[in-house]
Amino acid sequence: MADTPSSRLCLDVDQRLGQFHLQAALDLPGHGVTGIFGTSGSGKTSVLRVIAGLERPSRGRFTLGDKTLLDTQRRRFVPPHRRRIGVVFQEARLFPHYSVRRNLTYGIPHGVKAQAISHFDDTVELLGISALLDRMPGTLSGGEARRVAIGRALLSDPQLLLMDEPLTGLDGARKAELLQYILRLTQQVEIPVIYVSHDPDEITTIADHLVLMRAGRVEASDRLPALLQRFDLTQALSGFDATSILEGCVSACDPDYHLIRVALDQDHHLTLPGVLHEGSRVRLRIRARDIAIALTPLKGTSYRNQLPATIDAITTLPESPHTVELRLRLGAHRLRSRLTKQAFDELALAEGQEIVALIRSVAVNAL
Amino acid sequence: MTLSPAEWEAIRLSLLIGFAAVAWILPPGIAVAWWLARYDFKGKAIVDGLIHLPLVLPPVVVGYLLLIALGRQGVIGSWLYSVFGVSLPFTWQGAAVASGVMAFPLLVRALRLSLEAVDPKLEAAASTLGAGRLRVFATITLPLAIPGLLTGTVLAFARALSEFGATITFASNIPGETRTLPLALYTLIQSAGQEGAAARLCLISIVIALMSLIASEWLARRTRLRLQERDG
Repeated sequence: MADTPSSRLCLDVDQRLGQFHLQAALDLPGHGVTGIFGTSGSGKTSVLRVIAGLERPSRGRFTLGDKTLLDTQRRRFVPPHRRRIGVVFQEARLFPHYSVRRNLTYGIPHGVKAQAISHFDDTVELLGISALLDRMPGTLSGGEARRVAIGRALLSDPQLLLMDEPLTGLDGARKAELLQYILRLTQQVEIPVIYVSHDPDEITTIADHLVLMRAGRVEASDRLPALLQRFDLTQALSGFDATSILEGCVSACDPDYHLIRVALDQDHHLTLPGVLHEGSRVRLRIRARDIAIALTPLKGTSYRNQLPATIDAITTLPESPHTVELRLRLGAHRLRSRLTKQAFDELALAEGQEIVALIRSVAVNAL
Repeated sequence: MTLSPAEWEAIRLSLLIGFAAVAWILPPGIAVAWWLARYDFKGKAIVDGLIHLPLVLPPVVVGYLLLIALGRQGVIGSWLYSVFGVSLPFTWQGAAVASGVMAFPLLVRALRLSLEAVDPKLEAAASTLGAGRLRVFATITLPLAIPGLLTGTVLAFARALSEFGATITFASNIPGETRTLPLALYTLIQSAGQEGAAARLCLISIVIALMSLIASEWLARRTRLRLQERDG
């Protein structure tokens, strides 16, 4: 996807709310999913509210593409209803006195009738809510209500979609199900999405770009795979289990064994359990502790995936001095691996050394 | 029992003035209730107090103040007369103005409580969907405050029906023009030998009051049921 200038987002705000001081500067790509991650009270939701226009900061500027939506110096403030920014709130916020259908159509802009109808049908289909159209919001389950809320925001034809912890309060199975819906949807809509969450699993499943927030400030902002490789953020991102994200393409599949072969590039392939079509794009998530190191390829092992790699960087974790963390280079890809200090010394590993990465388990998402 | 033409006249006037009073105070009542429910401003307590004055003042005082303001020599009244040729005192429209003023605080109170109970988060959600302030109010805030609007309207209507002091002071007691049920009843009590007729009017008043209470109960239940049906 090209970085369309029409949706690049630049934000620089300063706002005090009692004890809390939000000082955030952001420059986000105009496509894909940006995750905003942080603990509660880090300012994630405040940033979202400023972007949506629900909060009016005392000082700051905010542009979306070529449109200036906020500029306190020039006294410019575009109210929320003129921003064309869709919001999916934590609590769904469906209008209780309208049917699901009327909730969905509430934000459809006027004068786009024919397109709106097909867009409506597609969105309802995509979110699996066609059976709910005549129900009232009070009768919906938590997961259903969230899906309707997502549909409602999408149908308002936004230029940017904000999602504020949309999975909060759902149980495990509903959560996973809704996350799959959101994932599918973010791959189909052409607008950028900002997804606020404090759950590393959600972020690694759907985000392309990550903004890390702490105490009202932006601590880091980068493409997610790159950010996850940064040793200096290990502590701030501890919930991510030093997960590495790789993207590849299914090059073959073996339906008998339920296996797929994923090509990371010409030289690196993985064999993974799963059933996917040849040519599907996939995202792989591999936790550091699921990667072991060998000096030479192993024979007679259950490890299906042994990849030649180069040690790119070595560090020790301040919070656990007996663990050594490695960053491995596989072509253009990077992987984090952790091993004990003892194993590290015994293998006499050094930067630049060629080793074999043994990969135990991988989470696969189709893109 | 069959009603005499005079009794019919009083009932007709009472209902006419009651409906007219509610009709004219609804728009400003809704606006004021919204203003008080959603905005904080300096002097809010004073505005609140002024709105509630008719509840605590002797109605005769309100009627007198209306005469001063809206009488043909009054500040507003003289202007009304010279520009539109309208004179309110001693007309049924004047009676509607007087009973409306008396009913106004009841409407505002009930509506304001209901408006305050509407979750501002829903309004915020509507605004992110492209709805401007007016549309948010008309499609989200007001519909969700319907129970309060109903209660307030019925209370105001009942108050307007039974209004006596301000009406007689401002609009006088003119048969066929401003002699509503309470005024007719008062007139009968003043004259000797009319106890029977007075009792009949008294009964009629009770029936009308009961009917409006039942109607309001029915409306309230219908709204509740409709919401419940929606909630499953």
